Amino acid sequence: MSDARPHLCMVDLGMGNLRSVERALRAALGDVSLVVTRDPGAVREARAVIVPGQGAFGECSVALARDGGALARALVDHIAAAKPYLGICLGLQVLFEGSEEAPGRGGLGVFKGHVRRFREGMRDDDGALVKIPHMGWNEVRAEGVPCLPARGWFYFVHSYHVVPAPDEAGLARATASHGETFVAAVSRASVLGVQFHPEKSQREGLALIKRFYDTEVDR
Amino acid sequence: MTVARRLIPCLDVKNGRVVKGVRFVELRDAGDPVACAAAYDRDGADEITFLDIGATHEARDILLDVVARTADQVFVPLTVGGGIRARSDVDAILRAGADKVSINSAAVKTPELVNEVADAYGRQALVVAIDARRVNPLDPAAGWRVYTHGGRVDTGLDAIAWADEMARRGAGEILLTSMDRDGTGEGYDLALVRAVVERVAVPVIASGGVGTLAHLEEGVRPIARGGGGADAALAATIFHDGHFSLSEAKAYLRARGVPVRATEEGR
Repeated sequence: MSDARPHLCMVDLGMGNLRSVERALRAALGDVSLVVTRDPGAVREARAVIVPGQGAFGECSVALARDGGALARALVDHIAAAKPYLGICLGLQVLFEGSEEAPGRGGLGVFKGHVRRFREGMRDDDGALVKIPHMGWNEVRAEGVPCLPARGWFYFVHSYHVVPAPDEAGLARATASHGETFVAAVSRASVLGVQFHPEKSQREGLALIKRFYDTEVDR
Repeated sequence: MTVARRLIPCLDVKNGRVVKGVRFVELRDAGDPVACAAAYDRDGADEITFLDIGATHEARDILLDVVARTADQVFVPLTVGGGIRARSDVDAILRAGADKVSINSAAVKTPELVNEVADAYGRQALVVAIDARRVNPLDPAAGWRVYTHGGRVDTGLDAIAWADEMARRGAGEILLTSMDRDGTGEGYDLALVRAVVERVAVPVIASGGVGTLAHLEEGVRPIARGGGGADAALAATIFHDGHFSLSEAKAYLRARGVPVRATEEGR
């Protein structure tokens, strides 16, 4: 391909687990051109952006708001230009307006809706406590997302999940169940946001990364 | 459906080599922890745990290299425990590519380390391992005590209360090993597993005593149906000795109604 720009730009919000995601990208995509950065200019240059994240919404929001919100604006513009965006965990959650985890701190507001905590004290059919954080493998049911199988197992680590506003019809494209049914993935135009961690979801996770790249980036 | 019960093979590593060896027919070097982890990964392990039983600084550097090389090719969560004494050990292991650290004696010696690690990395990155032994082998009502140093040192701590304190301080999971059952193949100490599951609000990984696939099922079967109620089952010997594969264990559990992750082979 003659386009000299980096194909992928992984945004470093200081939220850990970057190396895991980088390793998974390299395993899934081979010798792909990848930059890891928090420079808004690099985001603007990139063909596709990946925002991983494990940690707290508040810190993530602070990282986005640095330098007068330059990074947040670069990401919003990237999405508005219908360029590919893959958000993982917090990288999904920040697409929304805000989170119960950090009242008063905003997300990117690309989508209407909020991030809510799992309800405490839920019991499953056997009377066992539904534990928070939701940590481990869960079955995801998806509909109409090219990158996701209709049913697949993925690895989750989170206490909060996104709740799109009622008028965001068709945004939520995959669900899983943990005491309650929650949104496991959203997709619109070139944006894919997943609540689980493809980088820890073995073959299915690497396959998702590969399909995202093939369908959205390397067209 | 809720979160799946997890099967976690555990590899004892000393000076960069797997102790006891793993009998995989297809494995060229059964003593290489990276190759063993990759084989378990292919066979459907939900997570993999390394327990470092080497003690020197040199052994630690070798371990970090093993962790990094494993993380390059294994894409399920990797937990590393053994010999973690201080925050700097935790930092180094996570930086090398582990997803979680497991601490045991250090938590007894310095309980604040649990708070510190949970604050720094989030509780999902921290497993507290508890080695428990019955006060009276014949009577679970007499309770369990916490032992350290591979079961040699009696701390005098009540294991159930200790698990509770660790969860409150920030342990994301409790790895609970019965010293009475470890290595016996007689099955988990289900009374111990139940007692901890009923006390703490974080996931409990049952360990120690697995000799058959039925033992795995008992460990994760809900308490309401007579099981231990654990969220995950850790085992070493039954997987290493080649008697059972992970995929066989998964198929066994699935046939008995346990929610387990389907892998491509297991569909």
